[in-house]
Amino acid sequence: MKDRSSRLKSALTHLFLAAASIILVFPFVWMVSGAFKAKLEAVKMPPQFLPSHWNMDNFRQIEQFFPLYRFLLNSIGIAIATTIIQLLVCAMAAYVFAKIPFRGRQSVFILFLTTMMIPSQVTLVPLFILFSQTNLIDTYAGLILPGVFSAYGTFLMRQNIMTIPNELLEAAFIDGASYYRVFKSVILPLVKPTLAALTIFAFMSSWNNFLWPLIATNSKELMTLPLGLSKLQGKWSTEWNILMAGNVVSFIPIFVVYLFAQRYFIKGMTMTGIK
Amino acid sequence: MVGQRKWNRRIAALVFLLPALIGLLAFQLVPMVSSVVISFSDWDLLSKWTQIHFIGWDNYAEVFKDEKSYTSIKNVFLFLIGYMPLITILGTLFAVLLNRNIRGIKFYRAAVFIPVITSWVAVSIVWRWLLNGQSGLINYLLFKLGIHGPIWLQDDHWALVAIIAVTIWKDIGFVSIILLAGLQDISEDYYEAADLDGASAWSKLWRITVPLLSPTLFFIVTISLINSFQLFDQVLIMTNGGPAGATSTIVEQVYKNAFQFNKMGFAAAQSWVLFLIIFTVTMIMQKLQRRWVVYER
Repeated sequence: MKDRSSRLKSALTHLFLAAASIILVFPFVWMVSGAFKAKLEAVKMPPQFLPSHWNMDNFRQIEQFFPLYRFLLNSIGIAIATTIIQLLVCAMAAYVFAKIPFRGRQSVFILFLTTMMIPSQVTLVPLFILFSQTNLIDTYAGLILPGVFSAYGTFLMRQNIMTIPNELLEAAFIDGASYYRVFKSVILPLVKPTLAALTIFAFMSSWNNFLWPLIATNSKELMTLPLGLSKLQGKWSTEWNILMAGNVVSFIPIFVVYLFAQRYFIKGMTMTGIK
Repeated sequence: MVGQRKWNRRIAALVFLLPALIGLLAFQLVPMVSSVVISFSDWDLLSKWTQIHFIGWDNYAEVFKDEKSYTSIKNVFLFLIGYMPLITILGTLFAVLLNRNIRGIKFYRAAVFIPVITSWVAVSIVWRWLLNGQSGLINYLLFKLGIHGPIWLQDDHWALVAIIAVTIWKDIGFVSIILLAGLQDISEDYYEAADLDGASAWSKLWRITVPLLSPTLFFIVTISLINSFQLFDQVLIMTNGGPAGATSTIVEQVYKNAFQFNKMGFAAAQSWVLFLIIFTVTMIMQKLQRRWVVYER
C-alpha cells in the first residue's frame, strides 16, 4: 500500500516536472530550429518543427550588416575584464574591512552598505554625464568601469573573510609575511568558494547587461551581444529566422559554460541571491 | 617598533581599500549627489555643465502631474499583483518537487535554470515570436484547442499579462533554486517527529515547511519586489512600453525621458521618486516581516 502510494507520488512528480521542463526549455529548441529555417518556413502555418535544410544562411546574412562575432568577442572580453577587476577590488576592500582595523573603518563600511540600497537608475543619468564629460562614452573602458565596483560583492567577501581565524594571520605575520603576502597566500586560497560564486555572478551580470551598453555605446564595433541583438530586431523586426540566428550566437557560449559549471552557477545564485 | 607596525597597517589598509574607494566615489557617491543636483535643474545634455540652470522643485511637481509617470507606476504595481503571488506559489511548488529524491532530478534541476542564465534581450525576442499574432506558436496551439488567441503584445489588455507570464517563466528557476536551498536547510527531524505523531501531509506543509521556509520566502519577496520596480529589458524589447503605454514602466520612462527626449533633470527627478517608492515599500515589508517570518532560535 505504502509502496503504491509512493510510486504514484513519484509518477505525479515526474509528470509535473517533465511538463514544466518542456515549457521552460522548449522556447530554446524553437529558437535553435528557427535559426536555421528559411524566411518563409519561419512564418508558415501550421508551423514546421524542423528546418528543411540546415544551413548557415541566416548567420551569413546578419554578418553582411552587423559584426555579430565582434559582438560576441566584445561581450566575452568585457565580461572577463569586469569579472577579474571586480573580484580583485572586492577582495582587497573586504580584506581591510574584515582584518585590518583603522580608525573610522566602521563608518566607511556603513557608507559601502548604504550604496547597496540605491537602485542603479538613480545614478544612470549622472553616470552617463560623467562618462561623456571624460570621453569614456563609446570606449571599452566606459563599458567595463561601471561594473567593477560592487558593494554587494565586497560585503559578501567580507563576511567570508571574517570567518578566517586571526591566529592564522598572526602566525603568517610572525613568520615575516607582508600584508600583500597574507592576502595572496592565506586569505585568497581560503575564500575560493565565495570567489567562485562571485565570478559567476559578476560574469553573468556583465554578460546580460543591456541598459548601460545601450546608453554608453554608439558605434557597432563596441556593441555587446544584448545590445547587438536589439539592433538586429530594429532592422529585421519580424524576420524570425534571422533574429533567432542572432539569439543562438548569444545563447550557445553561456549555455556551454553553464553545462560545465552548473554546480557553481547554482551555488553562486544561492549564495549571492542575485541573478 | 610598535609605531612602525601601526604605520604599516594604516598604509596597507589604505592601499587595499583605495580601488574600492575610488569606485565608490566615482560610480556611486558622486553620481548620486549629481543626480540630486540635476533633478533640480532643467539641464538638457546639450548645454554646458557650467550653464546649469536651477528651477527648484519644478521637475518633481511635473513628475506628479505627468500622466505617463502615473501610468508607469500603476503598471509596475499591476505587474506586482500578478507576478508576486504566482512566482512565490509556483516557486515553492517547484522547490518542493525538485527536493524529491527521484530519478532524473538532476536533469530537472538543470532544465529549470536555463531561462535564468539567458539574457533578457534574447528570450524577449524569442517570446515576441512565440506570442506573435500571425506566426506565433502559442496562438497556433490555442487554435488547436479551439481558442482564438489575442495578439498578445499588441493588445492593450493582454500585453502586460504576457509580460508577467514571460517574466515568471524566466525567473521561476531562480526562485525555486533559492527556495530549494532553503528547503534543504530544514532538518529531517521535524518531519520524522511529525510522522510519529501521525501528521497529515497538509499540516506538515503548513506547520513545518512554510514557517521554516519563511525567511527564504521573505528574501524572495524582497528581491522580486526590487527587481519588479526595475522592470526594463523585457519591456523595451517586447513592447517598447506599448501599446499606448499599457506596459510602460518607471525605468523605461526614466530611460526615454533622459536619453530620447534629453530631459535629464526630469528623468533624474523621476528616478528619485522611484527610489522613494522602492524605499517605502521595502520598509513596509520589513515591518510586516515580524508578523509572518519565523526565525529559528
